[in-house]
Amino acid sequence: MYKKFLFTFIILFHSSLANALIEVDITRGNLDPLPIAVSPLYVDPKSENIKDIKTKSLGEEVSKIIEKNFKSTGLFNPLNKDAFVQKPDIAHLKPRFEDWRLIKAQALVTGKLNVKDGKLKVEFRLWDLTASKEMIALAFTTTPGNWRRVAHIISDKIYERLTGEEGYFDTRIIYVAESGPKNRRVKKLAIMDQDGANTKYLTLGNELVLTPRFNPANQMVTYLSYFRNLPRVYLLDIETGQQEVVGNFPGMTFAPRFSPDGKKIIMSFAKDGNSDIYTMDIETRVVEKITEHSSIDTSPSFSPDGKYICFNSDRSGLQQIYVMKSDGSDVKRITFGSGLYGTPVWSPRGDLIAFTKVRKGKFYIGVMRTDGSGERLLTENFYQEAPSWSPNGRVLIFYRETKSGPSGEGFSAKLWSIDITGYNERKIDTETDASDPSWSSLLSK
Amino acid sequence: MTKSLIYSVSFHLVIILLTVLTLPFMIRQPIELPPIVSVELIQISDTTNIPYAPKARKVIEKVKKEEKRVVSEQAPPAAKAKEKPDRIPMPEDNKEEKKIVKKKQNPEEIKPEIRQSSEFEKKEIIDTNQIAALIDKAKEEAALVEKNSNKITQSNQKNSFATGLTLTQEDALRAQIFGCWSVPLGLPYDGDLLVRIKLQLKQDGTITKSEILDHERMNRPGQKFYKILAESALRAVRLCQPLKVPPTGYEKWKELQLNFDPTEMLKG
Repeated sequence: MYKKFLFTFIILFHSSLANALIEVDITRGNLDPLPIAVSPLYVDPKSENIKDIKTKSLGEEVSKIIEKNFKSTGLFNPLNKDAFVQKPDIAHLKPRFEDWRLIKAQALVTGKLNVKDGKLKVEFRLWDLTASKEMIALAFTTTPGNWRRVAHIISDKIYERLTGEEGYFDTRIIYVAESGPKNRRVKKLAIMDQDGANTKYLTLGNELVLTPRFNPANQMVTYLSYFRNLPRVYLLDIETGQQEVVGNFPGMTFAPRFSPDGKKIIMSFAKDGNSDIYTMDIETRVVEKITEHSSIDTSPSFSPDGKYICFNSDRSGLQQIYVMKSDGSDVKRITFGSGLYGTPVWSPRGDLIAFTKVRKGKFYIGVMRTDGSGERLLTENFYQEAPSWSPNGRVLIFYRETKSGPSGEGFSAKLWSIDITGYNERKIDTETDASDPSWSSLLSK
Repeated sequence: MTKSLIYSVSFHLVIILLTVLTLPFMIRQPIELPPIVSVELIQISDTTNIPYAPKARKVIEKVKKEEKRVVSEQAPPAAKAKEKPDRIPMPEDNKEEKKIVKKKQNPEEIKPEIRQSSEFEKKEIIDTNQIAALIDKAKEEAALVEKNSNKITQSNQKNSFATGLTLTQEDALRAQIFGCWSVPLGLPYDGDLLVRIKLQLKQDGTITKSEILDHERMNRPGQKFYKILAESALRAVRLCQPLKVPPTGYEKWKELQLNFDPTEMLKG
């Protein structure tokens, strides 16, 4: 009996020791950009030559665009191609992981393209160099003219695979292109790829255009234009170039913006001397009043689920940001800091609201949670406003004006982007001066 | 019959008691350790070689002159006369100081060691003594506690006895992995972001086997982010090879579990 007792005791005691595994909690990491090697895509020597496109250098060009995209995020560090040991043709088949690890790369992008029967076929692979395995492999077939978009789509797929959130490279930005002195400014609608390439002008500049905004559901744009000094809200289909007038609105009309499902336009306009928020159904053209207050309510923006609206109002005396239900009930003030708050825009992720803040003569672009807590000012300048979110809710684009002289000389407005950490601010190159940017959703999902 | 019943009951009681005392999940108290704050000790030399700005220099000289004047008027004990804040070796300063020393009433009372040490040095000496005393005291207290009580607290248990790593060793390992882990930024702030990786190590700290403990979660719908997080943690571990492990006690740490959780970091 004693033997049995001893045996049970040993078994139980041993099990307690065996479970004493050392545990170490890792709660912090680094935010250093991930070193990534983007090998030029291998071009099939049998590829046909296409008019206006140098097929031979296309692999190199595509890899350059991918690198530029990655660098602009601040999250990746594309390594210098001079250090690459392996040639693209071999690298694409089976990379020698040791060679790439030697140059401190943690991920590798390889690819291959060929042009056959007037079609461009591109395939790429993403390799995890520390684990020596493939992470993703995809192939696309498209018309050769779309080669830039292919580079952006590849960037998106890799970005998503490595960060866990959707990319934002295969997108476009619509903005107001400005030229001429400040007192006689010509304003045209312009559209470009998010990296500044492929700029196209959509209006001639005869009329003043303001606040273009993308429909989150498709490639439609709404904007405000003055016709015979009366504000009109327009709808523009970017694919077809077709324009239509949604309606003439009295007095001061501001910033029309789409609802998340793209079926309504929300805006503010002044009726009987008082500015309130209205929605209009695009199909039926029925206008509905949302706010009913004697103060000035402007800049409405829907939450991505369509249940709430944020807007700014001076009902407390100073311009502050408020949130209400989409039917106009349950209005709550969410900003209480010193200074004026304006142009609130709800993030497509739904977690943050971006805004412009004016305090002591300085303009700030900032973000806060949807209840107004956790305010973070990302950038400060003499004059900047109108933030617009990238489709994944990580980057904001806005415009910034430089100081001008007494007669408007030296004045210039440019587009800038900043990510929500506030560390990665970049100027976006545009052909002319630019203001009022709006970021499209992903062109291909 | 009664006898055998008593035997049976008492034997069962012994078994239950043993189970309660020895099974690890029952011992473990649900107290979380507070995060350990690493402190870097920097030694500061007594004097700086940074020159003062011309303006500041003038002000300092003026203040010093005034102080010295006061000292010479009142003629305090000589040792105290040396206690001036932030002495800077300036040519003019030294000359004046010499003169003042001559004026002092009892120069022979100044011990050479005291004369050479600035106020800063003195403080340091006092401080180190105090610290040494404090350490001694702490050791005594710790010994007393050990003698008087057999209870082991949660923190003691986790950090020394059970883990086999000292705090310093654990910190070194943690700091090494911090440097290797690129946290994916697109993760949801409110999701369960804990990734547990079990490692088997060689004596030199290289990894022979790595295993994600909840790997089935990687393929569950709606848990795409978990896969990306787990991969990043694995990358970090592989990148950090060989891990900074203690030179001794291999049996204790040959298997190691790392719990990666970026929640606090992402919430900022």
